[in-house]
Amino acid sequence: MASTIVTFELGGREVEVMVKPMTTLQSVLRNQLGFTATKEGCRQGGCGSCTVLVNGEPMMSCLLPVEDVAGQRVTTLESITPAEGLHPLQRAFLDANAFQCGYCTPGMVMISKALLDHDPAPSDDDIRQALTGNICRCTGYRPIVRAVQAAAEAMSDDAGEQAR
Amino acid sequence: MSSHLNVVGQSVRRSDGIGHVTGRTQYSADRSFPGMLHLKMVRSPLHHALIKGIDLSDAERVPGFVRALTAKDVPHNRYTILSLIGVEPEEEFVLAEDRVRFKGEAIVAIVAETEAAAFEAVSKVHLDLEELPAVFDVEEALKPGAPIVTHWGNNTFMYEGHPCRRVRFGDVDKAFEQADYIVEGVYNTSPIEQAPMETTGCIAVPEANGRYIVYTNTQALYFSLDNTSIILQIPGNRLHFIGGTVGGGFGGKVDVIVEPIATLAAILTNRPVRFTYSRSEEMQVSSTRSAWRIYMKDGVMKDGRIVARKVTSYADSGAYSRQTPYALTKHAANAAGPYNIPNVSIDAYCVYTNRQPSSAMRGFGITMASFALEVQMDKIAERVGVDPWTIRFINAYRNGDMKPHRKLAEDATLIETMQAAATLVGHELPDEFKAMTSAPRDASHDGGRE
Repeated sequence: MASTIVTFELGGREVEVMVKPMTTLQSVLRNQLGFTATKEGCRQGGCGSCTVLVNGEPMMSCLLPVEDVAGQRVTTLESITPAEGLHPLQRAFLDANAFQCGYCTPGMVMISKALLDHDPAPSDDDIRQALTGNICRCTGYRPIVRAVQAAAEAMSDDAGEQAR
Repeated sequence: MSSHLNVVGQSVRRSDGIGHVTGRTQYSADRSFPGMLHLKMVRSPLHHALIKGIDLSDAERVPGFVRALTAKDVPHNRYTILSLIGVEPEEEFVLAEDRVRFKGEAIVAIVAETEAAAFEAVSKVHLDLEELPAVFDVEEALKPGAPIVTHWGNNTFMYEGHPCRRVRFGDVDKAFEQADYIVEGVYNTSPIEQAPMETTGCIAVPEANGRYIVYTNTQALYFSLDNTSIILQIPGNRLHFIGGTVGGGFGGKVDVIVEPIATLAAILTNRPVRFTYSRSEEMQVSSTRSAWRIYMKDGVMKDGRIVARKVTSYADSGAYSRQTPYALTKHAANAAGPYNIPNVSIDAYCVYTNRQPSSAMRGFGITMASFALEVQMDKIAERVGVDPWTIRFINAYRNGDMKPHRKLAEDATLIETMQAAATLVGHELPDEFKAMTSAPRDASHDGGRE
C-alpha cells in the first residue's frame, strides 16, 4: 500500500511524516523522529510505557495509528522537559526515587501529568486509579504514588504564588 | 554517626536519575544505525518434533527480505552458557538442527530491511515437522518409557555420574527411628517469568576495523561476549560489547540468547542488525524461574529439636539446562535451611521436560527451598505444639555449626534477625530467646544440643 503524509503538532511545532498505513504513533516517534523517551514495553497496550498525551488526553501510542493524530496536538516527555531544570513531576520522581530501572518512568510521568492537569489535588485513590494501566516491575508503586502527591503539592504551591 | 560517613544514613540521589525522569537514558533499543536490519525468529509451534524440512522459497520473495540463517550457518552451533565454568555436556542449539524440544525453540533467523518485512518473511517459512510425544511433569519425565528430551538417554542432568545433586550428613534413617514425630510435606512452585519492562535485545554493528560492536541489555556482559566468541569461533578481541542501563532484568537477561545470532547476522550481511524480543517472546520463549516439586520429611523430638531432614527435590529445567544445574547445587546447599540439623539427606534432581528452558531469577534454587522449608517449620511447630517463633529459635544455627554440605557456619544471623523482627512487629519474646546469640556454642555451659 502507498504511503501517506501525516501532519501533526509535536511539542508545539508542526511535524510532517510519511508513513505506511497503520504505522503507530509510537513507531513514528521512536524510529522516524528519534523521540525515544516514549518506550516500547509490549506494543499491545498492556504496560503503559508508551503513554503520550493527545490534545491533553493520555493515550498508549503503541495502539494509535499515526493517521489518527493528524492535525492533533501530541505531547511527549521530551515536550514537557524544560530547557533548564525539570518539570515539577520530574523533580518529584527524582526526589522520591520513584524508579529503579527507569523504563516505565516516561509513561508514569505522562500519565501523572494527565491526571494533575485534570485534577490538581488528587486523592491517593485517584492517583492509584490513574496509574492502573502503567506497569512498574521494580518499585512496587509506593514511591511513584508519593512522587505524584509531592508534585501535586509543589504545583499547587507554585500556582498559589503566581496568583498572589 | 561518625562525621566522616557522609553517605550512610543519608538519602543519596542516583547518578542515573536525571536521565530516567527526562527520558534521556539510552536503553539498547533506543539506538538506531543507518542501514540497520531487523532479525526475527521462526520458532517451533510444537513442543517436541523432528524437523523433516524447511522451505524458505516464499519467505525469500518477500520484499525487503535479506537472508535467512539456519543451523548450518552457525560456526559452533552449541549454546551452553555454563560451559564457561566447566559445566558439561554441550546440549542446546543456537538454531535447531534435526529436532525441536520445546514450543518456541528457534529454527530459522530471518533478516530483513524492516521489522514488518522480517515478520512477513517469518510467516512465510514453511516447516515440515513430525510431532513426537512430549513430557511436561518432572516426575513423569523420570518414569520408564517417558519421552526422552536429552541426547544422552535420560531426563536428568548428571552430577559427577549421579542423576541428582546429593548431600549426605549423619544418618537420617537411624534418626527417623529415634524421632518422636515424623512430619512430611510436599511443596510445588510455579515457573515465573521475570517480565522486565524492557524486553531482551541487542544491536550488532560492524566496524571498519573488522570488529563488531554489540549494544546489549544483558545482565552478564562478559558471559555474553565469551559465549558469542565460542559460538561464532572468532577471537574475543573482535567483539566489543557495550552494556549500560538494563530496563529491568531480575535474572531474565542472564542467558546469552540474542547476541550470538545478531552478531552472526551482522557478520554475514556486513550491516547493523537489531534483534529485540517481542513481549510474547519474552513471556513464552525466554527462560523462566524453574518450577519445583519438593518433598520434605523431618524427624522431630518432643522438645522441638529437628534431628533428621530428608529432602527430595525436582527442578523443571525445561528442554535445556541453561543455569538450572547451578540452581540445583545452590538449592542442595540450602535445603536444610538456617537450622542446625545433625542428620540430613538431600537428593536434588535437575529434570528435563518439553517446557521452555528455565534459568536465573532472583535467588533461584534457594527461594523455592526457603518457601518449602519455612512452611515445613510451621507444620513442625504445630505438631510439637509450640509457636512458630519457638521452633525456629530452638533449631537456629550458630556460628561454628557444621552445615550439611560441610561448610562451617561463619555468618549466622538468624537469631538476631528474628529478635529484630519480633521488636518491629511488637512480639514479646521469652527471655531465653532474647538472650540467645549466634555466637559459637560452648559445650561447657550452653543449654544447646550435645
